[in-house]
Amino acid sequence: MTMDTAARGAEAVPDATGHFGRFGGRFAPEALMAALDELTHEFEAAKQDPAFTAELEDLLANYAGRPSLLTEAERFSAHAGARVLLKREDLNHTGSHKINNVLGQALLTRRMGKSRLVAETGAGQHGVATATAAALLGLSCTVYMGEVDTERQALNVARMRMLGAEVIPVKTGSRTLKDACNEAFRDWVATVDHTHYCIGSVMGPHPFPVMVRDFQRVIGVEARQQCIDMTGALPDAVVACVGGGSNAIGTFHAFIPDESVRLYGFEAGGDGVATGKHAATLVGGSLGVIHGMRTYLLQDDNGQTLDTHSISAGLDYPGVGPEHAWLHDTGRAEYREITDAEAMEAFALLCRTEGIIPAIESAHALAGALKVGGELGPDATIIVCLSGRGDKDMHTAATFFGLMPEEEGR
Amino acid sequence: MTVQTTYDKAKAEGRAALVGYLPAGFPTCDGAVAAAKTMVDAGCDAIEIGLPYTDPMMDGPTIQDAVHRALVGGTRVADVFRTVEAVAATGVPTLVMTYWNPVDRYGVDRFARDLASAGGSGLITPDLTPEEGGEWLEASDAHGLDRVFLVALSSTDERIETITGACRGFVYAASLMGVTGARSAVDTGAPRLVERTRAIIDKAGTGLPVGLGLGVGNGAQAAEVAGFADGVIVGSAFIRRLLDAPDLASGLAGVRSLTEELAAGVRAGR
Repeated sequence: MTMDTAARGAEAVPDATGHFGRFGGRFAPEALMAALDELTHEFEAAKQDPAFTAELEDLLANYAGRPSLLTEAERFSAHAGARVLLKREDLNHTGSHKINNVLGQALLTRRMGKSRLVAETGAGQHGVATATAAALLGLSCTVYMGEVDTERQALNVARMRMLGAEVIPVKTGSRTLKDACNEAFRDWVATVDHTHYCIGSVMGPHPFPVMVRDFQRVIGVEARQQCIDMTGALPDAVVACVGGGSNAIGTFHAFIPDESVRLYGFEAGGDGVATGKHAATLVGGSLGVIHGMRTYLLQDDNGQTLDTHSISAGLDYPGVGPEHAWLHDTGRAEYREITDAEAMEAFALLCRTEGIIPAIESAHALAGALKVGGELGPDATIIVCLSGRGDKDMHTAATFFGLMPEEEGR
Repeated sequence: MTVQTTYDKAKAEGRAALVGYLPAGFPTCDGAVAAAKTMVDAGCDAIEIGLPYTDPMMDGPTIQDAVHRALVGGTRVADVFRTVEAVAATGVPTLVMTYWNPVDRYGVDRFARDLASAGGSGLITPDLTPEEGGEWLEASDAHGLDRVFLVALSSTDERIETITGACRGFVYAASLMGVTGARSAVDTGAPRLVERTRAIIDKAGTGLPVGLGLGVGNGAQAAEVAGFADGVIVGSAFIRRLLDAPDLASGLAGVRSLTEELAAGVRAGR
């Protein structure tokens, strides 16, 4: 199957109103419906506009640094028991895959004649990417970030502020990513005439899940061709971490029609799903509505959102993008949990075997590859989306591994 | 009992209806019932009981604070039905205002059945539009409940037609682009929204009343809104009285005096 027919096959979903089977849709306040309709219309028009796609491609190539590399991870592979290729989104400008989506949405914002971006951020990677694109295109930018996350990701707060963005710590609810989303929606509903809400993952009301996917699918499109060029064949498996799920969808999407390619998403298992302290939505959640979409979420029997836990701020979210819910239900992709401890072990292993410090989010995918490798065996080729770099996580990692000076005295 | 009857009665008296909002479980379950009964006693024509939810995306700080306290206090869906039952027993139509997930989780038909048996009149759904509301349209028909969707300043005429066509009881016009909470002035776009909405309702000939909410917090604003809408909806200002009071008794006194001020307002507007 050629790439073009592959893409067409997968794009039959969602339907015109954003439903991936029984998931997705638009559970949003009426006040936002006009803006969501406008966004849908502009996105569809932009996709058909050669000037828009040329400008985006130029930015991706000459600003973000695409295509990102596919790196053979020989020494890590020895531990995985299979051939592991790393899709190096960590090498993108700003250090993660988030820039792919943000450049697209920032160009759309300008196209819609709007002058301001708001964004939510967990680990700060999407916030930094949004602040970056805002600076590049001369847009003003406000980023909402849970107070807990501003503390554990202080470096990214400083980066956003250096880039000229206003960072507002969110002190309501669990003070993490979901509360930052609530606050960004509240801002947007009051400012929608001049502001675009630059959602950072494949979540939210239609058209966000499909739009963000389309801006991220470059990851898998590149990786698929790079793998064929490098190995002469498709990979046996594609592995990514899943919080909201944007790097995972971006990596999976081009492979969905390739039936021989297994797709694995690894969610944040925290202390283990059985303990209740986790953020593994597809593994441990139930069907419901959150942040404008029908999907799986972590909730109690009264429909109240549960507090989540993960060592990774970027995966610490109680919902998941509706397309993942659909891939889960149809069985096309398989979702599992990775605990904090497993992720940190894989984090350290990549540092020491490959000289690459991954984001803790991405370390969940690496830990997943170690498991999948053992299952598929030495003849298998596995592409792992290394969604971001770990500079932002040094404080967490140093504390976890007891490398901080104050730890030594204990 | 459909809340439209209440609107019609107010209209016959040459005034707007006064609708008061309060979340269940705030300041306590019994406190919420006492506050709602005070609101009825002092002049509210209908009551909206909020279902406390962890992620109130459309609410400002005042309601966020109240629902947070209600949830910390252990308020559950069953408490919401108990509150509705107690308030509806006073004889005024009592609706539940809720984000969609708690209803979805409870089971839409089961929720409708239990709301109806508690004597509730229907649901107001700020994050559910008719397009995604198929199951609720069926359940509300099956159990004879009002269904109140929202129209906004940004709604196109086409959408207003769809929304008002799906409403029963009244249509909730959101007076401003933003979250709940009292404001210093009524948005200048509000009269135009009500006018557009009413023109579309008139064409359909359903006589659906238009209630206006968001940002209304005092008698003068109530009078202003009563000049162009069929109903005035007040929420955060009641909660503010309870939040700022040192104890429940003085909070209830504050709720009473605010209700009286608003009730005078809805009678002074025409």
